[in-house]
Amino acid sequence: MAAELHVELVAADRSVWSGEATLVVARTTSGDIGVMPGHQPLLGVLESGPVTIRTSDGGTVVAAVHGGFISFADNKLSLLAEIAELSDEIDVQRAERALERAKSDADASAERRADVRLRAVSAH
Amino acid sequence: MGAQLRVYKRRIKSVTATKKITKAMEMIAASRVVKAQRKVAASTPYATELTRAVTAVGTGSNTQHPLTTEAETATRSAVLLLTSDRGLAGAFNSNAIKAAEKLTARLEAEGKEVDTYIVGRRGLAHYNFRERKVSESWSGFTDEPSYGDAKKIAVPLIEAIEKETADGGVDELHIVYTEFVSMMTQTAVDSRLLPLSLEEVAEEQSAKDEILPLYDFEPSAEDVLDALLPRYVESRIYNALLQSAASKHAATRRAMKSATDNAGDLITSLSRLANAARQAEITQEISEIVGGSAALADATAGSDR
Repeated sequence: MAAELHVELVAADRSVWSGEATLVVARTTSGDIGVMPGHQPLLGVLESGPVTIRTSDGGTVVAAVHGGFISFADNKLSLLAEIAELSDEIDVQRAERALERAKSDADASAERRADVRLRAVSAH
Repeated sequence: MGAQLRVYKRRIKSVTATKKITKAMEMIAASRVVKAQRKVAASTPYATELTRAVTAVGTGSNTQHPLTTEAETATRSAVLLLTSDRGLAGAFNSNAIKAAEKLTARLEAEGKEVDTYIVGRRGLAHYNFRERKVSESWSGFTDEPSYGDAKKIAVPLIEAIEKETADGGVDELHIVYTEFVSMMTQTAVDSRLLPLSLEEVAEEQSAKDEILPLYDFEPSAEDVLDALLPRYVESRIYNALLQSAASKHAATRRAMKSATDNAGDLITSLSRLANAARQAEITQEISEIVGGSAALADATAGSDR
């Protein structure tokens, strides 16, 4: 059996996903980072963006994460985010509408949020 | 029906209606407590992980940050008071306000100016009525606070802390909220939120017997701390808001339960009085009939003779 790491994806008001994984790819402020089992202890700041988790049964979980932290130690990885959504929880039409609206209102942060959601869905 | 009896009947009816209302409010509050408790539980993983991360940075580096540096002489403090928007919760709000006033008095005795920040209409009304200065206030979400609300509160507070004291900033931040101990016990507590002492956080953590590994910080320890501390403050405020909401619902439930019980007692005693009044009325009617028939009998007997 391949080595595994335990992942906890936690939003401020709920636990979003937890399970075993073989690879987690996330975007930190200094670039994309991939964490595999046995990585050295790490604590980083996340950018808004999709997080890809390759689960140990071969599946892929993609979540949209809006700011937060990644911390890894003892083969346990925690992704902390104020807001985190799994790709299958995201309402594509709503995100598209939000993107349109944000573009017309020139609301940069809302546009980024909607964009992250859509990217997470398409990456799935 | 006699006048006395009618008065009692009317009062029983009105008390029964009140009892129905308080009973309904009690049950609503009871279900909300459970909901609020569930929210507290749901927010715990985030808070724990965040505390771990703060400890890791605090112990793993000697980084200085405005949110962790103690001012040499603190001259101004901010007090954040959490109350509820609605009353009918027994002493819930007045206890929180009392705790805040005690804290304010203590800080002023130490020679500090106090800026008050208030959450909830009840606390705001109390301060406005006494024409005390309130720096900022928020309301409308105390029954079910969301993380966004905590963020909204944290932003101006963190700004105030980061500003120089001479320019109207504050040196420390205290928070007064009602801790949810159990369904029956909720206590108003105050605690100092900022400046955050990393040693204290580390102590709390080490009490759990856990040795933290040497982390690799990405991009750097300063940047991580910069991003981490405001989130930590937000999460602490969020937790306080949730506990306060749970406490408020528990207090409402208790207040409404005793109101329902009192209404029940009142109905019992009023029914007894009503029964006595009815009995008295019947007795009077009987004695009137007996007296009347006796008089009639006397009269007939007299005419026979």
